[in-house]
Amino acid sequence: MVRVDGSGTSSLIQVRGLDKKYSRGGEEIHVLQGLNLDVDQGDFVAFMGPSGSGKTTLLNLLGGLDVPTAGSITVAGDAITSMSRGALTTWRARHVGFVFQMYNLIPVLTAFQNVELPLLLTSLSKSERRKHVETALGVVGLSDRMQHFPRQLSGGQEQRVTIARAIVSDPTFLLCDEPTGDLDRKSADEIMHLVLTLVKDYKKTVLMVTHDPVVAEKADITLHLDKGALVESGKLAGAMAGGAR
Amino acid sequence: MKYARLLFANLFRKKIRLSLSLLSFFAALLLFGVLAAVKAAFSAGIDVAGVDRLVVINRVSLIQPIPISYADQIQQIQGVKYVTHSNWFGGIYQDPKNFFPQFAIDVDTFRKVFPEFVVPDAQWQKFLQDREGAVVGAKLAERFGFKVGDRVPIQGTIFPGTWEFNIDAIYKGKDGNQDESQFWFQYAYFKERGPERVKSTVGWYTVRVDNPDNAPRIAKTIDGQFANSPYETKTDTEKGFATGFAKQIGNIGALIFIVGSVVFFTLLLVTANTMAISVRERTSELAVLKAVGFSDMTVLWFVMAESLIIAVVGGAAGLLVSMALTAGLSKSAALASVLPIIAIPFSSLGVGAILAFAVGIVSGLMPAYSAMRLRVVDALRRV
Ligand SMILES: Nc1ncnc2c1ncn2[C@@H]1O[C@H](COP(=O)(O)OP(=O)(O)OP(=O)(O)O)[C@@H](O)[C@H]1O
Ligand SMILES: [Mg+2]
Repeated sequence: MVRVDGSGTSSLIQVRGLDKKYSRGGEEIHVLQGLNLDVDQGDFVAFMGPSGSGKTTLLNLLGGLDVPTAGSITVAGDAITSMSRGALTTWRARHVGFVFQMYNLIPVLTAFQNVELPLLLTSLSKSERRKHVETALGVVGLSDRMQHFPRQLSGGQEQRVTIARAIVSDPTFLLCDEPTGDLDRKSADEIMHLVLTLVKDYKKTVLMVTHDPVVAEKADITLHLDKGALVESGKLAGAMAGGAR
Repeated sequence: MKYARLLFANLFRKKIRLSLSLLSFFAALLLFGVLAAVKAAFSAGIDVAGVDRLVVINRVSLIQPIPISYADQIQQIQGVKYVTHSNWFGGIYQDPKNFFPQFAIDVDTFRKVFPEFVVPDAQWQKFLQDREGAVVGAKLAERFGFKVGDRVPIQGTIFPGTWEFNIDAIYKGKDGNQDESQFWFQYAYFKERGPERVKSTVGWYTVRVDNPDNAPRIAKTIDGQFANSPYETKTDTEKGFATGFAKQIGNIGALIFIVGSVVFFTLLLVTANTMAISVRERTSELAVLKAVGFSDMTVLWFVMAESLIIAVVGGAAGLLVSMALTAGLSKSAALASVLPIIAIPFSSLGVGAILAFAVGIVSGLMPAYSAMRLRVVDALRRV
């Protein structure tokens, strides 16, 4: 169940009164203004909004890449907004899988090695890491591309490798910032199909920013960023009527 | 180490750049090694010159005589090639102001011990035949206008009377570094005209040894041999010979130091710049690493390690090749006659290794620091 009115009580992700201001050349931009959000385990949320409305800002805060000006974010009981930079890094490694629009992969590492990166931070043995990486690449359908370098992959395949890396350590939730933004329709559909599989079959929690209504349509709910806060689109009622997609 | 693959993947990212960076360390340390060897060779040259000869004097003081009978005994000592003896005459030519040293020399052995003084053979033969003959240095001859054939009166001070000598020969130094202001005459004449007490004594002995390495041992043996006798000796290396060179070697050392400093400073700038560029190029990758959960410190060490590996590998190769090179050069006979010992001292190898390491650290420091400070959100926004 996704809420934007701050009324949730035991949700997986709980955002309360989130404020983010940037100052640029003496001028202050108030991007997020008292934003509330509740997301439960297994939810698939799409964020939409015009360029500059603060979608990326929100995702960065949720992923512990940045700290808010005010307000709090609690994930599975951890108040990440009061963590130190170092603690946040450790928390990220355990709980968040990132998929950005581009520049996700290290070009000098193979697909396998890229997916393995988050596991290097764990205490898993080499053979355990191998098993996990092979499983993740299997889920995204790239078992036959493990030894390829990013430049030998198509854009869609690169994003699938990125998704494999995001899920390989089985994080609490996935944050995707326009993962299909750079892809053609067909590749975008493939990625969306993959994300839906993750949500449905693997019960992943996914928060995704997108400009593409077709993509947003696949989510359980689409939230619009408007004047620094989230607003439900009319889709919520339909999604509930039709059940989980 | 599980990060090794990432580290090496980054290192080999741009092979040409890697090669050039390695090459700069290689070249710098190669130069360093060769310069260190040259400097060592020059200072070894001093030492060799200084210890090739020993001076044996009376233990009490230089002016006390020692028995002439010691010559044979010293000659018997293992490692002694030649022994010659000299006496100080201390006479005056015309005016006490005109000081120059006069020595009574042993004509049979003198030239074997002092090969750096060159006398034309014909003149030397004439000198040998002439009991009252003398050999003067070229500078001395110039100073007083002495010519071969001149008859020169020297007023004795220690040994009374006016001694007249025939200038039979003029000597020169082999390479301009020798003292050309001495006046030599025959010990035989000195003994003949001198007082009774000098007939069985000499002023000092100069000993030439077969191997400079043995000089300290031979010096000890000589002094040991005459210990507890009425004429105890004090034997030392001929340091005076070396001190003349000392200044020039100092200059070479300073020059080498300056060249070396400039090379390492340039190396530092070049490497720091290369590392900075290489880090700036992969800002987004470093950001992704951090997003995935790599700590700031880990990222710092990645950059640092890259710079260090280049420094250590390139530097070690440079030092090794310079060692091989100098080892090869030291086999060349032509060179060996000029610079007798060519090898990089261990201490210099250590200094070179430390320098390379330090340059690696310092040049990695700035880029590593900025990589550490990098914020994921900024890095991913700007690309
Ligand atoms: N580090 C920053 N310093 C100053 N202003 C910033 C900074 N980051 C973001 N902003 C500003 O905050 C606002 C929101 O930016 P954000 O990137 O969150 O928007 P967005 O919704 O993701 O836009 P887009 O759809 O173009 O990706 C923009 O006006 C942006 O210029
Ligand atoms: Mg954005």
